[in-house]
Amino acid sequence: MHSESPAEHTGGASIMTFSKVWIVLLVLTGVEVFLAYKQLPVLIMLISFLGLSIVKAAMIIAYFMHLKFERFSLFLTLFPMLILCILLMFISMPDSQRLLNMRPPQ
Amino acid sequence: MSDVNTVEATSVWSGGASPFAVDSKKFGMWLFIISDALTFSALLIAYTYVRLATPVWPTPFHFFPSIVFSSIMTFCLLSSSLTMVMAVHAMSHGNRGATVKWILATIAGGLAFVVLHAMEWRNLIVNEHMTPSGNEWGEPLFGGTFFALTGLHMTHVICGVIYLGIIAFAVARGKFKAIDVEVSGLY
Repeated sequence: MHSESPAEHTGGASIMTFSKVWIVLLVLTGVEVFLAYKQLPVLIMLISFLGLSIVKAAMIIAYFMHLKFERFSLFLTLFPMLILCILLMFISMPDSQRLLNMRPPQ
Repeated sequence: MSDVNTVEATSVWSGGASPFAVDSKKFGMWLFIISDALTFSALLIAYTYVRLATPVWPTPFHFFPSIVFSSIMTFCLLSSSLTMVMAVHAMSHGNRGATVKWILATIAGGLAFVVLHAMEWRNLIVNEHMTPSGNEWGEPLFGGTFFALTGLHMTHVICGVIYLGIIAFAVARGKFKAIDVEVSGLY
């Protein structure tokens, strides 16, 4: 249908960009391991880890999987549906608290 | 009549249009990855559900070997992502020799992950007496959810190693195009 240039296959980014992304991902992983040993409040810990994980996933999808360099229509077709389906799975989560409270005292 | 034909030929509804401007193989792989992500999400949410419903959750993950191994495993996977991008870059420039070398480096990263994972499992089964159906802490669902999640991830990586092995073999023999390497890199 159309000729494919090398720039398209590398996702429109240079090797230097990919190397920088790799270094940032390694640093973020190091921060996660460091935070795991800090006795932070549960809510702060939860927000920190979820935030870092979302940032890491977004960088991998955008650069290593080249989504940043694809048409926006591809993103709109795939990801809002994915996020909605994941959020819908949380519908059963309050039931876990009900189960916890139903446990007989030991 | 000719006006109607002109409209039909230029309309995106007349067929032959590519709204995403991607190869059909790449779009198929994206759909698979989304379904894969949903499978992992379902298991992670099941893990979260069980964790929240359990008052005392075991934490048999000591700094060594568990944390050290999992950090090295993450390093292996992140590095294999970079080597795979290098392989895609080399193939797009028609350099099949370099492509094979980068794919083999990616396979090495995946294999290192699988070996370390197997060692971690062995440590938990032999030293901590933890199995998918029971453990000494009295919370059998801990082992069940842990082995299901990590086992699915390990299966995903093993499939990727086999997939890349086939791609590397074919590229070395002068078969497959740059798009095929890119689709395998997407996985």
